[in-house]
Amino acid sequence: MSDTFGRMETEFRAKRAAGRKLLVPYLTGGLAGWQDAVRAAAAAGADAIEIGIPFSDPVMDGPVIQQASQMALEQGATPVSILQEARDLDVGIPLAVMTYYNTVHHAGHERFAAQLLGAGIVACIVPDLPLEESGPWCVAADAAGIETVMLAAPTAPDERLPRVAARARGFLYSVGLLGVTGERAALASTASALARRLKAITDVPVLVGVGVSNAAQAREACEVADGVVMGASVVRRMLEGGPDAVGAFVAEVREEISH
Amino acid sequence: MTLMAEPSAEGRFGEFGGRFVPETLVPACQELETAFADAWSDPVFRADLDHILRTYAGRPSMLTECKNLGDQLGIRLVLKREDLNHTGSHKINNVLGQALLAKRMGKKRLVAETGAGQHGVASATAAALMGMECKVYMGAVDVARQELNVFRMKLLGSEVEAVHSGSRTLKDAVNEAMRDWVATVETSHYCLGSVMGPHPYPYMVRQFHRVIGDEARAQSIELMGDVPDVVVACVGGGSNAIGIFSGFVDDRTRLVGVEPAGGAAVTRAQPGVVHGMRSYLMQDEYGQVQEAQSISAGLDYPGVGPEHSYLASIGRAEYPNVTDAEVIDAFQLLARTEGIIPALECAHALAWIVRAAPEMQGQTVLMNLSGRGDKDVAQMMEVLGK
Ligand SMILES: Cc1ncc(COP(=O)(O)O)c(C=O)c1O
Repeated sequence: MSDTFGRMETEFRAKRAAGRKLLVPYLTGGLAGWQDAVRAAAAAGADAIEIGIPFSDPVMDGPVIQQASQMALEQGATPVSILQEARDLDVGIPLAVMTYYNTVHHAGHERFAAQLLGAGIVACIVPDLPLEESGPWCVAADAAGIETVMLAAPTAPDERLPRVAARARGFLYSVGLLGVTGERAALASTASALARRLKAITDVPVLVGVGVSNAAQAREACEVADGVVMGASVVRRMLEGGPDAVGAFVAEVREEISH
Repeated sequence: MTLMAEPSAEGRFGEFGGRFVPETLVPACQELETAFADAWSDPVFRADLDHILRTYAGRPSMLTECKNLGDQLGIRLVLKREDLNHTGSHKINNVLGQALLAKRMGKKRLVAETGAGQHGVASATAAALMGMECKVYMGAVDVARQELNVFRMKLLGSEVEAVHSGSRTLKDAVNEAMRDWVATVETSHYCLGSVMGPHPYPYMVRQFHRVIGDEARAQSIELMGDVPDVVVACVGGGSNAIGIFSGFVDDRTRLVGVEPAGGAAVTRAQPGVVHGMRSYLMQDEYGQVQEAQSISAGLDYPGVGPEHSYLASIGRAEYPNVTDAEVIDAFQLLARTEGIIPALECAHALAWIVRAAPEMQGQTVLMNLSGRGDKDVAQMMEVLGK
């Protein structure tokens, strides 16, 4: 493990040490107005933004993010156009990209890492690239200084979690439930349970994502975890109300997890 | 040592295959890998499977020599009659194997995707037989063009969900089945319908379909005194093709997998990663998966199983493609000359044989007739006019 952290992990560790819970909203890149939504989320108290590069076959996503991805693709969004537009974002917090592995594979590992770097992106999340397949990408990402966020799932046996945590850079994404992204009525019991297991074995910041649907659920998750990633709830507001609605929602969550 | 051995520990056939799945599914794939290895080397499991294949599915399937059409084409044409299996296609071989395995693993529910509906019907059948719950995902386009199979699945007690995302065909049905599995992995087994997906599926499904090739090899020698010169099968994901190829891969037999022109992943030869595997995949300049376009719902898939990519890359098998128009002709040709209505999928294999016959004069050609055409009659009524 490295003892020099990347920009996102350095900031997250410092904020955690200062008693702040971390909030990472997800926004689908390429939707009309998405850059304004990133700015609104940053201004409302996000600690980093996860920018989704839409993929034709998003198997980890439920209906809301599927719909946003399809809309962005229909509006002509490409990995190149989104990274180009990301370059103009100067929001003062780290930016991460979330995409499926074929986007990375098709571009080529080194080329994709260089593209992220050139766009001012510091971290990358690839939900269909598990530990066993992550080697070649991680070599390229490490060399470029891109932090690769790893996902840990409730189905993992105890023996697996330390190995996943050891490979995580930036933060460790604690998958909140068995299922795909989307809003749920209540926080699944698996969310806190897995976050607790992870907190016991790693000092990498642990953020719960998938199924954290509103401010109250974010607060509940933060009782154990260092923070939350919020996807479908943010994207739904983007689709329904645009950047202003995103800003208002992020502010509401920030407020709730700051007590 | 056979060319079709086990894949590497990482589930690779050469540089193809692997296990590109969400973290949630990794333990389930590992568990399945172990359970399959254990079952496959257990004589009791093998005997149970063999018994059910014989007494329920109707194996062994026979060979039929096509004198009329063979003479017309100037070749010796023999069909492996997977169309005569219970439920009407080769799909039952794999499904009975996976359902037995799922039971052994304590799973109570099957999740399946289907294109033409044959794998869905086979899954629904196995679930009914073994007292399991079953949910089948099917693209909305396919629900419309394979109405009969949708009703069959419902009759058999399965739930069928139409998938409206993406191209609304097989690719999207796989996505939705995987999403279901991510949510239900503790109680459900994903009964994948072809030699695709994450390790161990391409290997496991091939082993369950080996029976086609093993039988066909012995039957060919009995009928013709030798292995055939050419073995031909259609390729969607590639399960019926890999099954029959496995019997002849170590012989001098020419192996031909036929893809639809609108889904010619191997011809394009561009590696990509989707549905858990690295294999040849139709994609655009940014890696977005492209929609296949085929008259046959069962072949309407932009990728191909990883072992086929491997066999193509080392030159052991070839993968030409045929047009919908050639397929429509071949479909009618077999009906009129031999009294056999083929599934549109394997009509692709025949379409290639018709096209290539002038260069195969006097050769013995074994074609895998992977399914019967009953399911396609309504669709062909539209195409040909009543
Ligand atoms: C009769 C028949 N043949 C072939 C296929 C294609 O599948 P595979 O390429 O896995 O054999 C299907 C799929 O639905 C089918 O129904």
